[in-house]
Amino acid sequence: MYAVRASGLVKTYDQTRALDGLDLEVPTGTVLGLLGPNGAGKTTAVRILTTLLRPDSGSAEVAGHDVVTQAQAVRSRIGLTGQYAAVEERLSGRENLELVGSFFRLDRPKRSARANQLLQRFDLVESADRIAKTYSGGMRRRLDIAMSLVARPSVLFLDEPTTGLDPRSRLGMWQVIEELSSDGTTVVLTTQYLEEADRLADSVVVIDRGAKIAEGTVDQLKDRIGGDKIRVSIFDPSNLASAREALGPLVTGPIELESGSTTTLLAPIKAGGGVVPQAIRALDDCGADVRDVEVRRPTLDDVFLSLTGHRAEADTHNSSETS
Amino acid sequence: MTIDNSSRALSDVGSDPATSLTLADGLRDAATEAGRHLRIMPRNPEVLGFVVIQPVMFVLLFSVVFGGAIEVPGFADYDQFLMPGIFAQTVVFGSSFTAVGLAEDLSKGLIDRLRSLPIARSAVLVGRTFSDLVRNVLTFVVMLAVAFVLGFRFEGSIAGAIGGSLLMLAFSYSFSWIQAWIGLSVGSVEAANAASFTWMFPLTFVSSAFVDPSTMPGWLQPVAKHNPFTRLTNAARALYNGLDPSPDLWWALGWTGLITVIFATMAIRRFSQVSK
Repeated sequence: MYAVRASGLVKTYDQTRALDGLDLEVPTGTVLGLLGPNGAGKTTAVRILTTLLRPDSGSAEVAGHDVVTQAQAVRSRIGLTGQYAAVEERLSGRENLELVGSFFRLDRPKRSARANQLLQRFDLVESADRIAKTYSGGMRRRLDIAMSLVARPSVLFLDEPTTGLDPRSRLGMWQVIEELSSDGTTVVLTTQYLEEADRLADSVVVIDRGAKIAEGTVDQLKDRIGGDKIRVSIFDPSNLASAREALGPLVTGPIELESGSTTTLLAPIKAGGGVVPQAIRALDDCGADVRDVEVRRPTLDDVFLSLTGHRAEADTHNSSETS
Repeated sequence: MTIDNSSRALSDVGSDPATSLTLADGLRDAATEAGRHLRIMPRNPEVLGFVVIQPVMFVLLFSVVFGGAIEVPGFADYDQFLMPGIFAQTVVFGSSFTAVGLAEDLSKGLIDRLRSLPIARSAVLVGRTFSDLVRNVLTFVVMLAVAFVLGFRFEGSIAGAIGGSLLMLAFSYSFSWIQAWIGLSVGSVEAANAASFTWMFPLTFVSSAFVDPSTMPGWLQPVAKHNPFTRLTNAARALYNGLDPSPDLWWALGWTGLITVIFATMAIRRFSQVSK
Protein backbone atom coordinates (compact mmCIF):
# COMPACT_ATOMS: atom_id res chain seq x y z
CA MET A 1 0.00 0.00 0.00
CA TYR A 2 1.26 3.41 -0.93
CA ALA A 3 0.09 6.56 0.79
CA VAL A 4 1.67 8.71 -1.88
CA ARG A 5 2.28 7.77 -5.45
CA ALA A 6 3.41 10.26 -8.05
CA SER A 7 4.65 9.70 -11.55
CA GLY A 8 6.18 12.00 -14.08
CA LEU A 9 5.33 15.25 -12.29
CA VAL A 10 6.30 18.26 -14.36
CA LYS A 11 5.84 21.88 -13.37
CA THR A 12 7.27 24.80 -15.26
CA TYR A 13 7.36 28.41 -14.13
CA ASP A 14 8.12 30.80 -16.95
CA GLN A 15 11.35 29.29 -18.31
CA THR A 16 12.32 27.25 -15.28
CA ARG A 17 11.42 23.61 -14.87
CA ALA A 18 10.75 23.37 -11.16
CA LEU A 19 9.83 19.70 -11.53
CA ASP A 20 11.13 17.65 -14.38
CA GLY A 21 9.41 14.30 -14.29
CA LEU A 22 9.46 13.45 -10.59
CA ASP A 23 8.36 9.98 -9.47
CA LEU A 24 7.64 9.23 -5.84
CA GLU A 25 6.32 6.27 -3.90
CA VAL A 26 5.77 6.42 -0.17
CA PRO A 27 4.59 3.23 1.55
CA THR A 28 1.82 3.77 4.08
CA GLY A 29 3.06 4.42 7.59
CA THR A 30 6.60 5.37 6.62
CA VAL A 31 8.54 8.61 6.68
CA LEU A 32 9.93 9.84 3.40
CA GLY A 33 12.67 12.44 3.44
CA LEU A 34 12.68 14.63 0.37
CA LEU A 35 16.18 15.91 0.28
CA GLY A 36 17.69 18.57 -1.88
CA PRO A 37 19.20 22.02 -1.92
CA ASN A 38 17.28 25.26 -2.35
CA GLY A 39 15.40 25.40 -5.60
CA ALA A 40 15.62 21.65 -6.17
CA GLY A 41 11.83 21.43 -6.42
CA LYS A 42 10.98 20.07 -2.99
CA THR A 43 8.38 22.69 -2.17
CA THR A 44 6.84 22.47 -5.63
CA ALA A 45 6.45 18.73 -5.14
CA VAL A 46 4.77 19.22 -1.77
CA ARG A 47 2.48 21.89 -3.20
CA ILE A 48 1.32 19.55 -5.94
CA LEU A 49 0.79 16.65 -3.54
CA THR A 50 -1.24 18.87 -1.20
CA THR A 51 -3.47 20.11 -4.06
CA LEU A 52 -2.20 23.68 -3.89
CA LEU A 53 -0.67 23.49 -7.33
CA ARG A 54 -1.66 21.63 -10.47
CA PRO A 55 1.07 19.77 -12.29
CA ASP A 56 1.60 20.61 -15.97
CA SER A 57 1.78 16.90 -16.60
CA GLY A 58 2.09 13.68 -14.67
CA SER A 59 -0.22 12.47 -11.95
CA ALA A 60 -0.27 11.84 -8.25
CA GLU A 61 -2.41 9.99 -5.76
CA VAL A 62 -2.42 10.80 -2.07
CA ALA A 63 -4.27 8.62 0.43
CA GLY A 64 -5.82 6.80 -2.52
CA HIS A 65 -7.21 9.86 -4.28
CA ASP A 66 -6.07 11.82 -7.29
CA VAL A 67 -4.69 15.22 -6.33
CA VAL A 68 -6.26 16.96 -9.31
CA THR A 69 -9.59 15.27 -9.91
CA GLN A 70 -10.35 14.35 -6.27
CA ALA A 71 -8.71 17.29 -4.57
CA GLN A 72 -11.32 17.66 -1.82
CA ALA A 73 -11.00 14.00 -0.86
CA VAL A 74 -7.23 14.44 -0.64
CA ARG A 75 -7.61 17.61 1.43
CA SER A 76 -9.77 15.87 4.01
CA ARG A 77 -7.06 13.24 4.56
CA ILE A 78 -3.89 15.28 4.69
CA GLY A 79 -2.21 17.76 6.97
CA LEU A 80 0.16 20.41 5.73
CA THR A 81 2.75 22.35 7.66
CA GLY A 82 4.47 24.76 5.33
CA GLN A 83 7.74 26.58 5.60
CA TYR A 84 6.14 29.49 7.41
CA ALA A 85 4.24 28.97 10.61
CA ALA A 86 0.79 29.61 9.19
CA VAL A 87 -1.04 30.60 12.34
CA GLU A 88 -3.49 33.42 12.85
CA GLU A 89 -1.41 35.71 15.04
CA ARG A 90 -4.31 37.59 16.52
CA LEU A 91 -6.08 34.46 17.73
CA SER A 92 -4.95 32.42 20.72
CA GLY A 93 -3.47 28.97 20.29
CA ARG A 94 -6.74 27.41 21.35
CA GLU A 95 -8.76 29.55 18.96
CA ASN A 96 -6.44 28.64 16.10
CA LEU A 97 -6.99 24.95 16.74
CA GLU A 98 -10.74 25.36 17.10
CA LEU A 99 -10.83 27.36 13.89
CA VAL A 100 -9.39 24.44 11.97
CA GLY A 101 -11.83 22.16 13.79
CA SER A 102 -14.68 24.33 12.58
CA PHE A 103 -13.44 24.10 9.02
CA PHE A 104 -13.50 20.34 9.38
CA ARG A 105 -17.10 20.74 10.62
CA LEU A 106 -16.48 19.25 14.04
CA ASP A 107 -19.17 20.22 16.49
CA ARG A 108 -18.26 22.45 19.41
CA PRO A 109 -17.55 19.77 22.08
CA LYS A 110 -15.46 17.72 19.68
CA ARG A 111 -13.36 20.61 18.46
CA SER A 112 -12.80 21.89 21.95
CA ALA A 113 -11.79 18.41 23.14
CA ARG A 114 -9.42 17.96 20.22
CA ALA A 115 -7.93 21.41 20.81
CA ASN A 116 -7.30 20.57 24.47
CA GLN A 117 -5.70 17.29 23.54
CA LEU A 118 -3.34 18.94 21.06
CA LEU A 119 -2.52 21.84 23.37
CA GLN A 120 -1.49 19.35 25.98
CA ARG A 121 0.53 17.21 23.65
CA PHE A 122 2.37 20.18 22.20
CA ASP A 123 3.09 21.74 25.56
CA LEU A 124 0.99 24.81 24.88
CA VAL A 125 -1.49 24.58 27.74
CA GLU A 126 -0.06 27.49 29.68
CA SER A 127 -0.12 29.80 26.70
CA ALA A 128 -3.31 28.36 25.20
CA ASP A 129 -5.30 31.54 25.70
CA ARG A 130 -2.62 34.02 24.77
CA ILE A 131 -2.66 35.35 21.23
CA ALA A 132 -0.20 33.59 18.98
CA LYS A 133 1.61 36.83 18.24
CA THR A 134 3.24 36.53 21.67
CA TYR A 135 4.54 33.01 20.97
CA SER A 136 8.20 32.20 20.41
CA GLY A 137 9.32 30.71 17.10
CA GLY A 138 9.33 27.21 18.51
CA MET A 139 5.84 27.60 20.01
CA ARG A 140 4.49 28.86 16.71
CA ARG A 141 5.88 25.86 14.90
CA ARG A 142 4.34 23.55 17.47
CA LEU A 143 1.00 25.28 17.10
CA ASP A 144 1.37 25.13 13.34
CA ILE A 145 1.95 21.39 13.34
CA ALA A 146 -0.85 20.88 15.87
CA MET A 147 -3.19 22.72 13.51
CA SER A 148 -2.36 20.32 10.72
CA LEU A 149 -3.25 17.38 12.99
CA VAL A 150 -6.71 18.51 14.08
CA ALA A 151 -8.56 16.17 11.74
CA ARG A 152 -6.18 13.24 12.26
CA PRO A 153 -4.70 13.20 8.78
CA SER A 154 -3.40 9.92 7.43
CA VAL A 155 -0.67 11.68 5.44
CA LEU A 156 1.23 14.59 6.88
CA PHE A 157 3.35 16.91 4.74
CA LEU A 158 6.05 18.88 6.48
CA ASP A 159 7.91 21.40 4.38
CA GLU A 160 11.20 22.15 6.10
CA PRO A 161 9.63 21.83 9.56
CA THR A 162 12.73 22.84 11.49
CA THR A 163 14.06 25.64 9.31
CA GLY A 164 14.86 28.60 11.53
CA LEU A 165 14.37 26.74 14.82
CA ASP A 166 16.89 26.74 17.62
CA PRO A 167 18.53 23.38 18.40
CA ARG A 168 16.27 22.63 21.35
CA SER A 169 13.07 23.32 19.43
CA ARG A 170 14.42 21.27 16.55
CA LEU A 171 14.96 18.32 18.85
CA GLY A 172 11.41 18.70 20.14
CA MET A 173 10.06 18.75 16.60
CA TRP A 174 11.97 15.60 15.75
CA GLN A 175 10.43 13.82 18.72
CA VAL A 176 6.98 14.90 17.58
CA ILE A 177 7.58 13.57 14.08
CA GLU A 178 8.90 10.30 15.45
CA GLU A 179 5.81 9.88 17.60
CA LEU A 180 3.48 10.61 14.74
CA SER A 181 5.27 8.10 12.65
CA SER A 182 5.04 5.47 15.35
CA ASP A 183 1.29 6.17 15.50
CA GLY A 184 1.15 5.06 11.89
CA THR A 185 0.90 8.42 10.18
CA THR A 186 2.64 8.60 6.83
CA VAL A 187 4.98 11.56 6.78
CA VAL A 188 6.51 13.33 3.81
CA LEU A 189 9.22 15.63 4.98
CA THR A 190 11.35 18.02 2.98
CA THR A 191 14.61 19.12 4.39
CA GLN A 192 17.95 20.65 3.63
CA TYR A 193 19.32 19.30 6.87
CA LEU A 194 21.07 16.07 6.22
CA GLU A 195 21.08 14.90 9.80
CA GLU A 196 17.33 15.47 9.92
CA ALA A 197 16.70 13.01 7.10
CA ASP A 198 19.23 10.68 8.67
CA ARG A 199 17.38 10.67 11.96
CA LEU A 200 13.75 10.69 10.82
CA ALA A 201 13.35 9.18 7.40
CA ASP A 202 12.77 5.50 6.64
CA SER A 203 13.71 6.26 3.09
CA VAL A 204 15.12 9.21 1.26
CA VAL A 205 14.62 10.64 -2.18
CA VAL A 206 17.33 13.03 -3.26
CA ILE A 207 16.18 15.54 -5.82
CA ASP A 208 18.13 18.04 -7.79
CA ARG A 209 16.80 20.36 -10.47
CA GLY A 210 13.33 18.87 -10.25
CA ALA A 211 14.23 15.24 -10.75
CA LYS A 212 15.09 12.30 -8.57
CA ILE A 213 18.79 11.57 -8.57
CA ALA A 214 18.85 8.91 -5.91
CA GLU A 215 16.60 6.99 -3.56
CA GLY A 216 16.78 4.34 -0.92
CA THR A 217 17.38 4.06 2.77
CA VAL A 218 19.87 6.40 4.27
CA ASP A 219 22.28 3.50 4.77
CA GLN A 220 21.95 2.39 1.17
CA LEU A 221 22.77 5.86 0.01
CA LYS A 222 25.79 6.03 2.21
CA ASP A 223 27.00 2.71 0.92
CA ARG A 224 26.80 3.96 -2.63
CA ILE A 225 29.64 6.34 -2.09
CA GLY A 226 31.94 3.93 -0.38
CA GLY A 227 32.15 2.37 3.00
CA ASP A 228 33.40 3.31 6.42
CA LYS A 229 36.50 5.29 7.17
CA ILE A 230 38.74 5.23 10.19
CA ARG A 231 39.67 8.59 11.62
CA VAL A 232 42.72 8.72 13.86
CA SER A 233 43.85 11.76 15.83
CA ILE A 234 47.21 11.89 17.54
CA PHE A 235 48.70 14.55 19.78
CA ASP A 236 52.12 15.08 18.26
CA PRO A 237 52.47 15.79 14.52
CA SER A 238 56.01 14.43 14.55
CA ASN A 239 54.57 10.95 15.12
CA LEU A 240 52.55 11.14 11.90
CA ALA A 241 54.89 9.05 9.80
CA SER A 242 55.06 6.18 12.29
CA ALA A 243 51.28 6.33 12.74
CA ARG A 244 50.84 5.95 8.98
CA GLU A 245 53.11 2.97 9.05
CA ALA A 246 51.24 1.36 11.94
CA LEU A 247 47.86 1.81 10.22
CA GLY A 248 49.09 0.58 6.82
CA PRO A 249 48.18 -3.12 7.20
CA LEU A 250 44.70 -2.33 8.59
CA VAL A 251 43.26 -0.09 5.90
CA THR A 252 42.01 -0.76 2.39
CA GLY A 253 43.14 2.41 0.62
CA PRO A 254 45.38 5.44 0.82
CA ILE A 255 45.80 7.15 4.20
CA GLU A 256 45.09 10.85 3.93
CA LEU A 257 45.58 13.80 6.20
CA GLU A 258 42.21 15.30 7.03
CA SER A 259 41.97 18.67 5.33
CA GLY A 260 42.81 21.51 7.68
CA SER A 261 44.49 19.26 10.22
CA THR A 262 48.07 18.24 10.90
CA THR A 263 47.30 15.47 13.37
CA THR A 264 44.27 13.65 11.97
CA LEU A 265 44.43 10.80 9.48
CA LEU A 266 41.59 9.36 7.41
CA ALA A 267 41.59 6.05 5.60
CA PRO A 268 39.01 3.65 4.18
CA ILE A 269 38.51 0.36 6.00
CA LYS A 270 36.57 -2.79 5.42
CA ALA A 271 33.13 -2.84 6.96
CA GLY A 272 32.64 -5.37 9.71
CA GLY A 273 34.44 -4.00 12.72
CA GLY A 274 37.39 -5.02 14.79
CA VAL A 275 39.58 -2.36 13.26
CA VAL A 276 39.45 0.14 16.10
CA PRO A 277 41.06 -1.98 18.83
CA GLN A 278 43.64 -3.22 16.36
CA ALA A 279 44.44 0.33 15.35
CA ILE A 280 44.81 1.46 18.95
CA ARG A 281 47.12 -1.44 19.69
CA ALA A 282 49.23 -0.80 16.60
CA LEU A 283 49.48 2.92 17.36
CA ASP A 284 50.45 2.20 20.95
CA ASP A 285 53.14 -0.19 19.79
CA CYS A 286 54.75 2.41 17.57
CA GLY A 287 54.67 4.99 20.35
CA ALA A 288 52.20 7.46 18.84
CA ASP A 289 50.14 9.19 21.51
CA VAL A 290 46.53 8.61 20.48
CA ARG A 291 43.98 11.31 21.13
CA ASP A 292 41.01 9.70 19.42
CA VAL A 293 40.07 6.88 17.09
CA GLU A 294 36.67 6.57 15.49
CA VAL A 295 34.93 4.91 12.59
CA ARG A 296 33.05 7.30 10.37
CA ARG A 297 30.17 6.44 8.13
CA PRO A 298 29.69 8.92 5.28
CA THR A 299 27.22 11.74 5.89
CA LEU A 300 24.39 12.58 3.53
CA ASP A 301 26.38 15.66 2.65
CA ASP A 302 29.02 13.39 1.18
CA VAL A 303 26.26 11.53 -0.64
CA PHE A 304 24.97 14.69 -2.18
CA LEU A 305 28.38 15.84 -3.23
CA SER A 306 29.16 12.58 -4.92
CA LEU A 307 25.78 12.43 -6.66
CA THR A 308 25.60 15.96 -7.99
CA GLY A 309 29.13 17.27 -7.92
CA HIS A 310 27.97 20.17 -5.79
CA ARG A 311 27.19 20.56 -2.14
CA ALA A 312 23.75 20.61 -0.63
CA GLU A 313 23.52 24.16 0.60
CA ALA A 314 22.45 23.13 4.02
CA ASP A 315 23.76 26.23 5.66
CA THR A 316 21.37 28.69 4.07
CA HIS A 317 18.92 28.27 6.94
CA ASN A 318 16.70 31.19 6.31
CA SER A 319 16.53 31.28 2.57
CA SER A 320 13.24 30.20 1.14
CA GLU A 321 12.46 28.16 -1.84
CA THR A 322 10.19 30.01 -4.18
CA SER A 323 10.16 27.67 -7.12
CA MET B 1 1.48 10.87 26.06
CA THR B 2 0.92 10.26 22.41
CA ILE B 3 -0.53 12.55 19.85
CA ASP B 4 -3.44 10.23 19.25
CA ASN B 5 -3.32 10.55 15.55
CA SER B 6 -4.08 6.91 15.10
CA SER B 7 -7.79 7.06 14.47
CA ARG B 8 -8.13 7.27 10.73
CA ALA B 9 -11.88 7.10 10.65
CA LEU B 10 -13.60 10.28 9.66
CA SER B 11 -16.31 9.46 12.15
CA ASP B 12 -15.21 12.45 14.16
CA VAL B 13 -15.73 14.71 11.22
CA GLY B 14 -19.25 16.01 10.86
CA SER B 15 -19.59 15.04 7.23
CA ASP B 16 -17.03 13.61 4.88
CA PRO B 17 -16.21 16.64 2.78
CA ALA B 18 -14.81 14.33 0.16
CA THR B 19 -18.12 13.12 -1.03
CA SER B 20 -20.18 16.23 -1.29
CA LEU B 21 -20.03 19.86 -0.48
CA THR B 22 -23.49 21.25 -0.08
CA LEU B 23 -24.46 24.88 -0.17
CA ALA B 24 -25.01 24.66 3.58
CA ASP B 25 -21.43 23.42 4.04
CA GLY B 26 -20.18 26.32 1.96
CA LEU B 27 -22.14 28.84 3.99
CA ARG B 28 -20.92 27.30 7.20
CA ASP B 29 -17.32 27.54 6.01
CA ALA B 30 -17.85 31.16 5.01
CA ALA B 31 -19.37 31.89 8.42
CA THR B 32 -16.36 30.27 10.12
CA GLU B 33 -14.00 32.45 8.11
CA ALA B 34 -16.08 35.58 8.77
CA GLY B 35 -16.05 34.63 12.45
CA ARG B 36 -12.25 34.61 12.45
CA HIS B 37 -12.13 38.20 11.23
CA LEU B 38 -14.94 39.49 13.40
CA ARG B 39 -13.27 38.01 16.45
CA ILE B 40 -9.99 39.67 15.57
CA MET B 41 -11.47 43.08 14.80
CA PRO B 42 -11.80 44.39 18.37
CA ARG B 43 -8.27 43.12 19.14
CA ASN B 44 -6.78 45.32 16.49
CA PRO B 45 -6.82 48.85 17.88
CA GLU B 46 -5.16 50.47 14.88
CA VAL B 47 -7.74 49.06 12.53
CA LEU B 48 -10.57 50.01 14.82
CA GLY B 49 -9.14 53.51 14.93
CA PHE B 50 -9.20 53.58 11.17
CA VAL B 51 -12.78 52.36 11.18
CA VAL B 52 -13.95 55.07 13.57
CA ILE B 53 -11.53 57.99 13.52
CA GLN B 54 -10.88 58.34 9.81
CA PRO B 55 -14.58 58.58 8.86
CA VAL B 56 -15.27 61.05 11.67
CA MET B 57 -12.36 63.14 10.45
CA PHE B 58 -13.60 63.09 6.87
CA VAL B 59 -17.10 64.14 7.86
CA LEU B 60 -15.81 66.98 10.05
CA LEU B 61 -13.13 68.23 7.67
CA PHE B 62 -15.25 68.36 4.57
CA SER B 63 -18.25 69.80 6.33
CA VAL B 64 -16.37 72.45 8.30
CA VAL B 65 -13.61 73.35 5.84
CA PHE B 66 -15.55 73.31 2.59
CA GLY B 67 -19.00 73.92 4.01
CA GLY B 68 -18.76 77.68 3.89
CA ALA B 69 -17.08 77.90 0.50
CA ILE B 70 -19.04 75.52 -1.64
CA GLU B 71 -22.51 76.23 -2.87
CA VAL B 72 -24.50 73.66 -4.74
CA PRO B 73 -27.55 74.62 -6.76
CA GLY B 74 -30.71 73.07 -5.34
CA PHE B 75 -29.27 72.55 -1.87
CA ALA B 76 -29.57 75.32 0.69
CA ASP B 77 -27.35 73.44 3.11
CA TYR B 78 -24.09 71.96 1.79
CA ASP B 79 -24.20 69.21 4.43
CA GLN B 80 -27.36 67.81 2.86
CA PHE B 81 -25.47 67.56 -0.42
CA LEU B 82 -22.13 66.50 1.01
CA MET B 83 -22.96 63.81 3.55
CA PRO B 84 -24.14 61.12 1.15
CA GLY B 85 -20.95 61.72 -0.86
CA ILE B 86 -18.74 61.38 2.23
CA PHE B 87 -20.62 58.28 3.35
CA ALA B 88 -20.25 56.69 -0.04
CA GLN B 89 -16.57 57.55 -0.32
CA THR B 90 -15.77 56.27 3.15
CA VAL B 91 -17.45 52.88 2.72
CA VAL B 92 -15.89 52.46 -0.70
CA PHE B 93 -12.47 53.31 0.77
CA GLY B 94 -13.25 50.75 3.47
CA SER B 95 -13.19 48.03 0.82
CA SER B 96 -9.39 48.35 0.73
CA PHE B 97 -9.30 46.33 3.96
CA THR B 98 -10.22 43.31 1.89
CA ALA B 99 -7.15 43.67 -0.33
CA VAL B 100 -4.72 44.35 2.48
CA GLY B 101 -6.11 41.58 4.71
CA LEU B 102 -5.92 38.97 1.98
CA ALA B 103 -2.41 40.02 0.98
CA GLU B 104 -1.43 39.66 4.63
CA ASP B 105 -2.93 36.18 4.91
CA LEU B 106 -1.21 35.24 1.69
CA SER B 107 2.21 36.42 2.84
CA LYS B 108 1.88 34.57 6.13
CA GLY B 109 1.02 31.29 4.45
CA LEU B 110 -2.50 31.30 5.91
CA ILE B 111 -4.07 31.16 2.46
CA ASP B 112 -2.04 28.03 1.75
CA ARG B 113 -3.31 26.48 4.95
CA LEU B 114 -6.91 27.38 4.11
CA ARG B 115 -6.53 26.08 0.57
CA SER B 116 -5.29 22.76 1.90
CA LEU B 117 -8.51 22.31 3.90
CA PRO B 118 -11.54 20.53 2.47
CA ILE B 119 -13.69 23.65 2.33
CA ALA B 120 -15.64 25.36 -0.42
CA ARG B 121 -13.40 27.33 -2.79
CA SER B 122 -15.45 30.48 -2.39
CA ALA B 123 -15.81 30.27 1.40
CA VAL B 124 -12.67 32.15 2.35
CA LEU B 125 -13.47 35.11 0.11
CA VAL B 126 -17.16 35.18 0.95
CA GLY B 127 -16.29 35.11 4.65
CA ARG B 128 -13.67 37.81 4.27
CA THR B 129 -15.85 40.18 2.22
CA PHE B 130 -18.77 39.62 4.55
CA SER B 131 -16.74 40.52 7.63
CA ASP B 132 -15.49 43.62 5.82
CA LEU B 133 -19.12 44.51 5.14
CA VAL B 134 -19.85 44.24 8.86
CA ARG B 135 -16.94 46.57 9.54
CA ASN B 136 -18.33 49.00 7.01
CA VAL B 137 -21.72 48.96 8.71
CA LEU B 138 -19.97 49.97 11.91
CA THR B 139 -18.18 52.81 10.15
CA PHE B 140 -21.44 53.86 8.58
CA VAL B 141 -23.25 54.11 11.91
CA VAL B 142 -20.45 56.21 13.39
CA MET B 143 -20.50 58.60 10.41
CA LEU B 144 -24.23 58.92 10.57
CA ALA B 145 -24.07 59.87 14.23
CA VAL B 146 -21.46 62.56 13.58
CA ALA B 147 -23.39 63.90 10.61
CA PHE B 148 -26.50 64.17 12.77
CA VAL B 149 -24.61 66.16 15.34
CA LEU B 150 -23.53 68.53 12.58
CA GLY B 151 -27.14 69.04 11.58
CA PHE B 152 -27.60 66.59 8.72
CA ARG B 153 -31.15 65.18 8.49
CA PHE B 154 -32.98 62.66 6.33
CA GLU B 155 -35.43 64.82 4.40
CA GLY B 156 -37.17 61.94 2.67
CA SER B 157 -38.99 58.84 3.84
CA ILE B 158 -37.65 56.23 6.23
CA ALA B 159 -37.60 53.81 3.31
CA GLY B 160 -35.47 56.31 1.43
CA ALA B 161 -33.06 56.63 4.34
CA ILE B 162 -32.72 52.88 4.72
CA GLY B 163 -32.63 52.27 0.97
CA GLY B 164 -29.92 54.87 0.39
CA SER B 165 -27.79 53.41 3.17
CA LEU B 166 -28.19 49.84 1.95
CA LEU B 167 -27.35 50.92 -1.56
CA MET B 168 -24.05 52.42 -0.44
CA LEU B 169 -23.17 49.35 1.60
CA ALA B 170 -24.06 47.04 -1.28
CA PHE B 171 -21.96 49.08 -3.69
CA SER B 172 -19.01 48.98 -1.31
CA TYR B 173 -19.49 45.24 -0.98
CA SER B 174 -19.12 44.85 -4.72
CA PHE B 175 -15.88 46.80 -4.45
CA SER B 176 -14.66 44.33 -1.82
CA TRP B 177 -14.56 41.77 -4.62
CA ILE B 178 -12.39 44.05 -6.76
CA GLN B 179 -10.14 44.40 -3.74
CA ALA B 180 -10.13 40.66 -3.10
CA TRP B 181 -8.85 40.16 -6.62
CA ILE B 182 -6.24 42.89 -6.14
CA GLY B 183 -5.11 41.52 -2.78
CA LEU B 184 -4.57 38.05 -4.24
CA SER B 185 -2.81 39.40 -7.30
CA VAL B 186 -0.23 41.95 -6.20
CA GLY B 187 2.14 39.81 -4.17
CA SER B 188 2.87 41.83 -1.03
CA VAL B 189 1.08 43.71 1.72
CA GLU B 190 2.79 46.98 0.79
CA ALA B 191 1.77 46.62 -2.83
CA ALA B 192 -1.77 45.78 -1.79
CA ASN B 193 -1.90 48.95 0.29
CA ALA B 194 -0.97 51.10 -2.68
CA ALA B 195 -2.88 49.15 -5.31
CA SER B 196 -6.08 49.09 -3.31
CA PHE B 197 -6.17 52.81 -2.60
CA THR B 198 -4.60 54.84 -5.35
CA TRP B 199 -7.25 54.38 -8.02
CA MET B 200 -10.08 55.13 -5.59
CA PHE B 201 -9.02 58.77 -5.24
CA PRO B 202 -9.75 59.81 -8.81
CA LEU B 203 -12.76 57.53 -8.82
CA THR B 204 -14.38 59.21 -5.84
CA PHE B 205 -13.24 62.80 -6.43
CA VAL B 206 -14.01 63.00 -10.13
CA SER B 207 -17.65 62.52 -9.28
CA SER B 208 -20.64 64.30 -7.87
CA ALA B 209 -19.67 63.40 -4.31
CA PHE B 210 -18.31 66.82 -3.28
CA VAL B 211 -19.19 69.26 -6.02
CA ASP B 212 -21.58 69.56 -8.94
CA PRO B 213 -19.77 67.99 -11.94
CA SER B 214 -20.93 70.86 -14.17
CA THR B 215 -18.35 73.06 -12.39
CA MET B 216 -15.52 70.83 -13.62
CA PRO B 217 -13.51 71.42 -16.82
CA GLY B 218 -15.50 70.51 -19.91
CA TRP B 219 -13.48 67.46 -20.87
CA LEU B 220 -13.81 66.01 -17.38
CA GLN B 221 -17.58 66.43 -17.08
CA PRO B 222 -18.62 63.35 -19.11
CA VAL B 223 -16.20 61.24 -17.06
CA ALA B 224 -17.64 62.53 -13.81
CA LYS B 225 -21.22 62.14 -14.99
CA HIS B 226 -20.85 58.53 -16.09
CA ASN B 227 -18.67 57.50 -13.19
CA PRO B 228 -20.40 54.62 -11.36
CA PHE B 229 -19.55 56.39 -8.14
CA THR B 230 -21.50 59.45 -9.32
CA ARG B 231 -24.50 57.22 -9.97
CA LEU B 232 -24.22 55.85 -6.45
CA THR B 233 -23.86 59.27 -4.84
CA ASN B 234 -26.70 60.78 -6.85
CA ALA B 235 -29.05 57.90 -6.02
CA ALA B 236 -28.23 57.94 -2.30
CA ARG B 237 -28.45 61.71 -2.17
CA ALA B 238 -31.86 61.67 -3.83
CA LEU B 239 -33.13 58.95 -1.50
CA TYR B 240 -31.86 60.81 1.58
CA ASN B 241 -33.38 64.13 0.48
CA GLY B 242 -36.74 62.85 -0.70
CA LEU B 243 -36.04 63.37 -4.40
CA ASP B 244 -36.59 61.05 -7.36
CA PRO B 245 -33.57 58.67 -7.46
CA SER B 246 -34.10 57.31 -10.98
CA PRO B 247 -32.32 56.71 -13.27
CA ASP B 248 -29.21 56.84 -11.06
CA LEU B 249 -30.62 54.22 -8.72
CA TRP B 250 -30.94 51.69 -11.55
CA TRP B 251 -27.46 52.48 -12.78
CA ALA B 252 -26.03 52.11 -9.28
CA LEU B 253 -27.79 48.79 -8.74
CA GLY B 254 -26.64 47.60 -12.17
CA TRP B 255 -23.02 48.50 -11.45
CA THR B 256 -23.21 46.80 -8.06
CA GLY B 257 -24.45 43.57 -9.61
CA LEU B 258 -22.09 43.67 -12.56
CA ILE B 259 -18.98 44.39 -10.49
CA THR B 260 -19.88 41.69 -7.98
CA VAL B 261 -20.41 39.02 -10.61
CA ILE B 262 -17.32 39.84 -12.65
CA PHE B 263 -14.89 40.35 -9.80
CA ALA B 264 -16.20 37.55 -7.59
CA THR B 265 -15.60 35.20 -10.51
CA MET B 266 -12.12 36.57 -11.07
CA ALA B 267 -11.21 36.61 -7.38
CA ILE B 268 -12.41 33.06 -6.70
CA ARG B 269 -10.57 31.80 -9.76
CA ARG B 270 -7.48 33.60 -8.57
CA PHE B 271 -7.90 32.10 -5.10
CA SER B 272 -7.80 28.54 -6.39
CA GLN B 273 -4.52 29.19 -8.22
CA VAL B 274 -2.76 31.61 -5.97
CA SER B 275 0.28 30.54 -4.04
CA LYS B 276 2.68 32.21 -1.76
